[in-house]
Amino acid sequence: MSRRRPRPVVVVDAESTNPPGLLEQIAAVGRRSVTRTLRQRALLVFPLVFPLILFAINGSSLSAATKIPGFPTNSYRAFALALPFIQGSLFVAVTTGTDLARDIETGFFNRLALTPLQGPALLLGQLGGSLVLACIQAVVYLLVGLATGVVIVTGVGGAFVLLALAILIAFAFGSLGALLALRFGTGEAVQGIFPLLFVTVFLSSSSLPRNLIKVTWFRDVATYNPVSYLIEGIRSLIITGWDGQALALGFGFAVLLLVITLGLASAAMRTRLVRT
Amino acid sequence: MFVARGVAWRSIHNTLVSPAILLPSIIFPLFFLVAFAGGLSRLADVPNFHYPPGYTAFQFVFVFLQSAAFGGVFTGFAVARDFDSGFARRLLLSAPRRSGIIAGYAIGALLRWMITGTVVTIAALIAGMNVDGSASELVGLLGLGIVFNFVSALWGCGLAMFLRTEQAGAVIQMPVFVLLFLAPVYVPLPLLTGWIHDVARLNPATVVLEAGRGLLAASPVKVGLAFILLAAAAALLAVFARRGLASAERAG
Amino acid sequence: MRVSNAISAIEVEQLVREFRKGPRAVDGIDLAVSPGEIYGFLGPNGAGKSTTVLMLTTLLPPTSGRASVGGFDIVKQGAQVRATIGAALQEAALDPILTGREHLLLQATLQGIGKAERKERADALLDRVGLSLAADRRVGGYSGGMKRRLDLALALVHGPRILFLDEPTTGLDPQSRAALWEEVARLAHDEGMTVFLTTQYLEEADVLADRVGIIDHGKIVAEGTPAQLKAEIGSPSVEVSAVDADGGERLAELLAGFGTPSRNGRGSVTVQLPGGEAQLAEIVRALDHADLRVASLQLHQPSLDDVFLAKTGRKLEGTADEQADEPPAPAARGRRGR
Repeated sequence: MSRRRPRPVVVVDAESTNPPGLLEQIAAVGRRSVTRTLRQRALLVFPLVFPLILFAINGSSLSAATKIPGFPTNSYRAFALALPFIQGSLFVAVTTGTDLARDIETGFFNRLALTPLQGPALLLGQLGGSLVLACIQAVVYLLVGLATGVVIVTGVGGAFVLLALAILIAFAFGSLGALLALRFGTGEAVQGIFPLLFVTVFLSSSSLPRNLIKVTWFRDVATYNPVSYLIEGIRSLIITGWDGQALALGFGFAVLLLVITLGLASAAMRTRLVRT
Repeated sequence: MFVARGVAWRSIHNTLVSPAILLPSIIFPLFFLVAFAGGLSRLADVPNFHYPPGYTAFQFVFVFLQSAAFGGVFTGFAVARDFDSGFARRLLLSAPRRSGIIAGYAIGALLRWMITGTVVTIAALIAGMNVDGSASELVGLLGLGIVFNFVSALWGCGLAMFLRTEQAGAVIQMPVFVLLFLAPVYVPLPLLTGWIHDVARLNPATVVLEAGRGLLAASPVKVGLAFILLAAAAALLAVFARRGLASAERAG
Repeated sequence: MRVSNAISAIEVEQLVREFRKGPRAVDGIDLAVSPGEIYGFLGPNGAGKSTTVLMLTTLLPPTSGRASVGGFDIVKQGAQVRATIGAALQEAALDPILTGREHLLLQATLQGIGKAERKERADALLDRVGLSLAADRRVGGYSGGMKRRLDLALALVHGPRILFLDEPTTGLDPQSRAALWEEVARLAHDEGMTVFLTTQYLEEADVLADRVGIIDHGKIVAEGTPAQLKAEIGSPSVEVSAVDADGGERLAELLAGFGTPSRNGRGSVTVQLPGGEAQLAEIVRALDHADLRVASLQLHQPSLDDVFLAKTGRKLEGTADEQADEPPAPAARGRRGR
């Protein structure tokens, strides 16, 4: 092929290429994340259905537990309603992480890296989809709980606080998923953490109040397990009433988890988004 | 028979050389034993909770049988993976008697479960589980596990052969999971109330579970019925699995 | 962003990329690409092509050396480089859940294109790459050729002056490949875009590139226009295939009398003929005299593969086949702290 004379370069209109502001970047990436979440019905349905199946089964199978002296309520269903919010958060972690890992594995991450997109915008935007999933899950779990006869002792106000706490917890777990994806870069690594998270939830006060756990080591593990306080924070709004300590611990651990995971995820993003 | 032997050998070999396959099949039952026997032992204090060997033994039987059932489910996953990778087609082409393939997968499932069942049993004994049953009763419990594993393997293999994709995993697993958890997992049947009691009463897994618990407690109940139900399930699912195989053969 | 004609659109000086516990993927390369030129970077898998592209597109910092793209230093002025370039990297890097149009709108937003202009530009690009009808379908349902075209469109959203294409036609059918070549040629020759194209396909470099740089084991072993490179070799080569496995060794021994034989992966032996086609008769006589039976004997005019053979002692195509299972050059995925 014969070589031609070089032509003048193309002039790019300056007005149309100002790098977008941070908020606009977050919105653009967030829109994509939300679209992806809403279009993958299997990712929406399974995290909704599975915890509710467990809620239905355990809510009935363990109803005899209310006869244990000192059990805080006579409705095991009310006691157990806190758990789906936490289980749902695990799915948010895996979904968020898997989506981000897929972007890294397919090279889509590189495509974004070639734009003026800033790391924090990419991270927060990606978490937008998690937020939507978390909101949908929280509302569905609450409505199902109410439909099955659970009474929220703290009333409508308590229900809103419950939703806020549940969404905060899910957001924190979503950041954990993002952290794993950015740190390891593969979907397998993200999904590999799911069993560990599942075990962590079980080794808590998910099935019985901590003071009623008979086996000492199990009770000790549940006491040191932050997941216990997340569950108890939500549970207190359902069966106890306005319990300042439980709420402070619940919100406190949720915020702490969010700060840690988001902080580490930001650091991992800076390493992953290597650009000169 | 040599087809079955070859398939079974591959199944157990792949399990033993691949920690990613072996470890979850051991760790998850152990985890359930710890979580249920450890975390829920207070349930034994519920009035009218009668199980003389204690709550650890009560949960051990569930975990033992659950691990048997899930051993079969994992075999279904392996069959589905073989179809996705194309290896199943190789098996179908080379096996002179293709029903030996199903037998081989089932034998592999049993051999794998032997490892899991042994580990779970040792763990329960270390945790202080009381065993009141006699040697023959314990053999009966083992027999329940073996047949349950076989039934579940037929289910897993059959469905995997119909669907022929690794995406079938959730479909294979969920019915077994739900069937097991709609039985008296945490407390005996008389202590269940509401809809779960009605469902558990009709659930064949309840019969198997109660038979197992009775054998361990040296007061066997419904053992004959449990084996009859399992044999009937095995007969039905053998037909199902054979039809699955035929479906896979037709698909080429 | 108004830019002036640079003497070179891309200038590379002793660029090196080393990885921890590994060989140098790029080992001190020098090159210069003029504005409006299509520069073909040709080499087998693992030669260092993609690593070079990752450095020039600022996605991988060099270990040493310097380079400028569009007049901007790749290390110190990374943001300006990225604003100047478009890139379609080795993977199509698309989101299967989004539609083609959504991809373009997202890219346009992130590149800072105003809201009023985004839709118009997306429509124009979709039309240009022939994806208007498929624009609102999810990319997961696109064919390989459609994905590559969308990839190209995404690289052009912000009107870059320099385009990096990393093996853009790998895995495409012949028609899709030809269509992409046509578009790339048009971008360069009608719109003056500078194109830096990596490929392992000889024909692609031969047909498309104004100049070709051949890279092997991280070093540029030859550079020039395709015609210049082939003229350097000058002489034709002959490829002889033995009838049986034993004959290959004897064949190589016999052909060593005419030049340096090269054993090919397919069991044949190739040797260049410095004396030209006239030597063919001598080879036939020698084979006959040695009573050596051959399955085939083919005369080849110089190709870029011969250039590669002359410079490296290996054939590029055979190398590509043999290295087909080797891991590709380190890409951005899984990359940490390198």
